[in-house]
Amino acid sequence: MSLLDIDERMLDLIEVVEFNKSPINDIKKFTRKCDIGLIEGGCCNSENVHVLKLFRESCKILVAVGECAIMGGLPAMRNGIPLKECIDEAYLNGITVHANVNKTVPNDPELPVLLDKVYPCSAVVKIDYSIPGCPPHADLLWATLYALVTGKETEIPYEVFKYD
Amino acid sequence: MGQKITIDPVTRVEGHGKVTLYVNNDGGIEQARFHIVEFRGFERFVQGRPFWEMPVLVQRLCGICPVSHHLAAAKAVDVIVGAGSGDELTPTAEKMRRLMHYGQIFQSHALHFFYLASPDLLFGIDADPAKRNVLYLAQENRDLAYRAILMRKFGQEIILATAGKKIHGTGAIPGGINKHLTIEERDRFLHGNPPFNIDNMIQWSLDTLEFFHQYEQKHRDFLLTYVNFPSNYLSLVRKDGAMDLYHGVLRAVDAEGQKILPDVDYHEYYKYIEEEVRSWSYMKFPYLKMLGQERGWYTVGPLARINTADFIDTPLAQKELELFRSFHGGKPCNHVMHTHWARLIEILHAAEKIKLLLEDPDLLSGELVREGNRQFEGVGLLEAPRGTLFHHYKINEYDQIVQANLIVSTTNNNQAMNNAVLQVAQRVFKGQKKVTEGMTNAIEVAIRAYNPCLSCATHALGQMPIDIEFVDVPR
Repeated sequence: MSLLDIDERMLDLIEVVEFNKSPINDIKKFTRKCDIGLIEGGCCNSENVHVLKLFRESCKILVAVGECAIMGGLPAMRNGIPLKECIDEAYLNGITVHANVNKTVPNDPELPVLLDKVYPCSAVVKIDYSIPGCPPHADLLWATLYALVTGKETEIPYEVFKYD
Repeated sequence: MGQKITIDPVTRVEGHGKVTLYVNNDGGIEQARFHIVEFRGFERFVQGRPFWEMPVLVQRLCGICPVSHHLAAAKAVDVIVGAGSGDELTPTAEKMRRLMHYGQIFQSHALHFFYLASPDLLFGIDADPAKRNVLYLAQENRDLAYRAILMRKFGQEIILATAGKKIHGTGAIPGGINKHLTIEERDRFLHGNPPFNIDNMIQWSLDTLEFFHQYEQKHRDFLLTYVNFPSNYLSLVRKDGAMDLYHGVLRAVDAEGQKILPDVDYHEYYKYIEEEVRSWSYMKFPYLKMLGQERGWYTVGPLARINTADFIDTPLAQKELELFRSFHGGKPCNHVMHTHWARLIEILHAAEKIKLLLEDPDLLSGELVREGNRQFEGVGLLEAPRGTLFHHYKINEYDQIVQANLIVSTTNNNQAMNNAVLQVAQRVFKGQKKVTEGMTNAIEVAIRAYNPCLSCATHALGQMPIDIEFVDVPR
């Protein structure tokens, strides 16, 4: 959603691109092969892996947007901790779950399987470009999209390019 | 046996969720579930981290209203450093944080109404899905899209001026804030070139309400009958009963307006609220302990706040609240689609609050931080755009987190959203042999009224894939 911080430039963007599968419209399955795919977030569960592979197959250029997609980001803080401990803390040992005497934890077949660790997108598929930042600066997103759409290199000021 | 219908992913919401329906041969709903499919484990992996990291660390569970988490964590940490709560901080710190918070309410509500929800209202629930979105809206009505963008931008710029960044800022620190507002920043928001100033934002908020009233007159039955059921409502209110989105006491009322939680100290929230775990969702199901799991669930967010508050302390929003109240006969409103109305009243209220704060000299100078005696536990609550947000931390003598509990706004609405899904599904699928896209979108419309943030709900930085295809080669 940090893409929306390009503000008025959004109106220029939609003049030249058409959004396919995305969270801001209701296209739930790819309707054609796309030129650019932007992907946020790392891979935490089987569903994330599935969607990422689908994006790789359906997009000519795949761009990892933000620290989570590039290197797992903050959720990867769980990588040094056994997954079971994370589950137990949230559903069995928390301050407001004392009534869970049956020790129920989410495990329904409708829920994707959690991965042992949080993986960066590049560990699963080939990533063509990465836009760093948490979140990336709106000007950096804009500059990258502009360069990809026009095929021209652009200057990126030092203060716009950061890994925070 | 009938068939299973899956809506995956639910779109035009933040984060990742899906709906499963089991429909029998007569179109009857055997089971309806709204699943939240992401899990991150924040409560565990923040353990061992220094407590002062929480305001910058935990906000990264969301990119839509990180300010809520930034400030709720800061409020909990204020208690830990002995600075107290709410207005026990310095006037400058409390007011700068409030400005940040109202800026966020303004941008988040504008984002939801214009970008995510309005396409259903403007184009219709069963309109062509290729057109039922803000991108098409922008082509059809460029002026409206321009307003939507500038309203969101205004809120984001307020956040930038108070927090240092539009998303994931660092303004709130333990016991206070790390900067004043500069005169240049203030003057730009107060007297900037039109349309980018606060007076114009108040006017646009009024215009948006007018737009809603015109819509409401034409679609009254739809809004009133689409989804409605009795619910309890929970929110913070100011001690005198005024709507207060940043600080107050915890109040709950039932569907008839009777107080069932009488303005209690939120630092002891765990005495009143418990969470149920169900195997089919990573999102827990909170409820009021004294009413139990069956009857104790409640709704939070704009509709809850409008239903719990006695009044609003800004004149234009108060006038609109009176209209809302008289429309509903002075009783709590149980019509879920009127959450959009409530949200627009809050946009106006936030804009009025922003103006009052900008005119306050305390923002330009004064003490920034208070200190006190170290405590080993802190609770911070506030009213995030989507509802009451709970942060609770315990630390050891080395300042490390040993336990953390987060009850996120959207989580509070879990049972209510499931009820809404069931009610709409029962009506829409009844007697139908064939499932259409419009029928499944009808269910998503009910979910969208709650403006759920599913990333927040499971403390997940959800994967948000976007694809773009070229339709024209630029010159």
